[in-house]
Amino acid sequence: MYSYEKEIVERDENTVHMNVGPSHPAMHGTLRVKMEVRGERIINTEQEIGFLHTGFEKLGEHRSYNQFITLTDRLNYFSPLSNNIGFALASEELLGITVPRRCQVIRTILAEMSRLADHSLCVGAMTMDLGAFTSILWTFVEREKLYDVFEAVTGTRLTSSYTRVGGLAFDLPADFQKRVTAILDSMDKTLDNLRGSFYKNRIFLDRTEGIGVITREDAMSYGITGPMGRASGVPYDIRKFRPYLVYDELKFEAPLYATGDTLARYKVRIDEMAESVSLVRQAMKLLEPGPINYEDQKKTLPDKTSTYADMESLIHHFKLVMPGADHGIHAPVSDVYSSTEAPNGELGFHLVSDGTSNPYRVRIRPPSFINYPVLKQLLKGSMLADLVAILGSFNIIAGELDR
Amino acid sequence: MIAYKPENHLPLIAKVEAFLGERLLGREEKSHYHQFKVLGKDAKALIQFLRDDPGLGFGMFIDLTAVDYLRYPVAQPGRFGVVTTLLSPLLGVRVQVKAFVEEGDPRLPSLTDLYLGANWTEREVWDLYGIEFMGHPDLKRILMPDDFDGHPLRKDYPLRGRGERGNFPVYHATTRKPQGGA
Amino acid sequence: MSTVTGTTNDWATTTLETAVNWARANSLWPMPFGTACCGIEMMAAFMAKYDTARFGSEVMKFSPRQSDLLIVSGRISLKMMPVLQRIWEQMPEPKWCISMGACASSGGVFDTYTLIQGVDQFIPVDAYMPGCPPRPEAFLDALMLVQEKAKKGQAKSQEYVSQDASSDPSKSVAYRTPDTHYRHGTDRSTPSKEKTGG
Repeated sequence: MYSYEKEIVERDENTVHMNVGPSHPAMHGTLRVKMEVRGERIINTEQEIGFLHTGFEKLGEHRSYNQFITLTDRLNYFSPLSNNIGFALASEELLGITVPRRCQVIRTILAEMSRLADHSLCVGAMTMDLGAFTSILWTFVEREKLYDVFEAVTGTRLTSSYTRVGGLAFDLPADFQKRVTAILDSMDKTLDNLRGSFYKNRIFLDRTEGIGVITREDAMSYGITGPMGRASGVPYDIRKFRPYLVYDELKFEAPLYATGDTLARYKVRIDEMAESVSLVRQAMKLLEPGPINYEDQKKTLPDKTSTYADMESLIHHFKLVMPGADHGIHAPVSDVYSSTEAPNGELGFHLVSDGTSNPYRVRIRPPSFINYPVLKQLLKGSMLADLVAILGSFNIIAGELDR
Repeated sequence: MIAYKPENHLPLIAKVEAFLGERLLGREEKSHYHQFKVLGKDAKALIQFLRDDPGLGFGMFIDLTAVDYLRYPVAQPGRFGVVTTLLSPLLGVRVQVKAFVEEGDPRLPSLTDLYLGANWTEREVWDLYGIEFMGHPDLKRILMPDDFDGHPLRKDYPLRGRGERGNFPVYHATTRKPQGGA
Repeated sequence: MSTVTGTTNDWATTTLETAVNWARANSLWPMPFGTACCGIEMMAAFMAKYDTARFGSEVMKFSPRQSDLLIVSGRISLKMMPVLQRIWEQMPEPKWCISMGACASSGGVFDTYTLIQGVDQFIPVDAYMPGCPPRPEAFLDALMLVQEKAKKGQAKSQEYVSQDASSDPSKSVAYRTPDTHYRHGTDRSTPSKEKTGG
């Protein structure tokens, strides 16, 4: 049982109130931490969030399922494709449909590539905050190469909106294999650089080893999942718990550390990037020609080129896209909770449907929101400079935190 | 790694039904978990049983949220449903507990002394729905500003708000007159 | 409008003015106010591939008191708008503002209760960038537009708006008295305060 007495904080004339405000370079996004500091020691903190609250969940009640996919891009904007894939999987579970194999393999490849993008930015930003500016330049070069592939596949760099309920928007380009192979080779080299620059670096180790330790019991009680949870010893990875897409056919390890400090969170991310590279290589071998959309056109949008030529496709497209009581995807009146392993942790969608074209309630279970509150107990008694190191290792993304 | 074991659903259902008896309003089977429906006042007892029983061990908190059933086509035992999702590393299954509260008195006991993750999620439910959690150490708004009026995610609150988003001071250089000759 | 005050228009002050404006335009130090996805594209524009340092925006000062150009990139919510206004106040003149992306320019995809439908309702904006998010090349284009404006010595923040032309004179402020809370309304944050009304 956890008890919460009123905290007795010793304040004297040396206590300074500091505000690390919502607009700050070390705050990854719009976070506010109000602190009471004595010298370099933090005595008490209070975190304030909500500076990016957009009303996704309310807006989800007024948009159809396919329209909401465009909004999911803006949640975790470091890896938009994983949000698209998560929501598409949740809607398909609500409808009770399974997409064809090629679609599953493509979704797996893109999910792992967006995991690479997210982790590389997190690792780069964390080391930049600690003072090593070069590593973010390396990781941004890798991200630009990934952006080139995403642009070739989905049409845009960032807000892709690539999946649809029941399939994908369109198929892969012809030179996909060549592009992906080039990226994976350069990513291997960058990972070697990142390991070599930091794993034995005295300054980095002093600033991250033993700093910000989250115990396993605390992590499970908070619900901390993803790389943060696995760095603290929580043996939970949804790709292993209940494999979705084609993860049950691929061989990979989910790295697990027991220390729970900032260095472990860094190492987990580097190891996961290496695993993602291997996963993408394995999944590329599984890619075979085939359909990418679910065959029932009453639930899945038909291929755009066929709507120009075929009357039936046009009618199905019309009935799925137009608003109204008759039109749209008619999901059964029920609710479902479905989750995927997003780069930050367990990204869950709780969808309640009332039978119309729009969801009745969309609840986004954001990994950042559930992971963030532990910062308060980590900062109590730590040094001011540790705030930057610890927060960098959390990978808090304000779009997902506040929704 | 925790793996999903579907064979553990049956002992779970048997234990929960034995514990709750009459208080269980319903049970729904979903794709990979079961959802138990109770009234708001019984939710904490059930969740404490799920966590502390040595054969169940639901020690991992996943999510806590609420749904407003005001315009739902199927009648529900209360206007709001507070949905708690938990995971058991021991059994390898998930469970959902849906607790119904009335519109006139939307309160239920808080889970903050059972799970640390309930702290902020309950604050969010209070902020967006107006459901009070009795025994919460610090129940205040988290996503909306402190002086916001109303609870936005309720079905009777309009999508575009009630004018708060246009109510800020405007900055022009109105006090600066052009200097002669510029 | 002249940014170097001078009541005489002889060749010395005009040349000086041109030189100062040229120097300002080629060294616009940005104050990145990145909130959401547009912030990532802004970061990409600052990085190695699309470098803004070659345009003179070398120093990315996160202090408003030492920068010229505010780049509002990302959606601005109810809680964030007073913060944005306070940062705008803290910037010394002459200052310019770029509104990056659809959300900052007009609310974007999100027409909800909590998002400001365009920051230009409340602060003066010099250049708008459409896109969701705009490409880094569009960012460089907007930067060049603002450089053109700066060379001519113009800034939207200094354009005089007459009293009868402004939308609501009672809401126009040039300065605000400092206060400890960002917002002025009554506190309705906890259940007990909501019932008693703050």
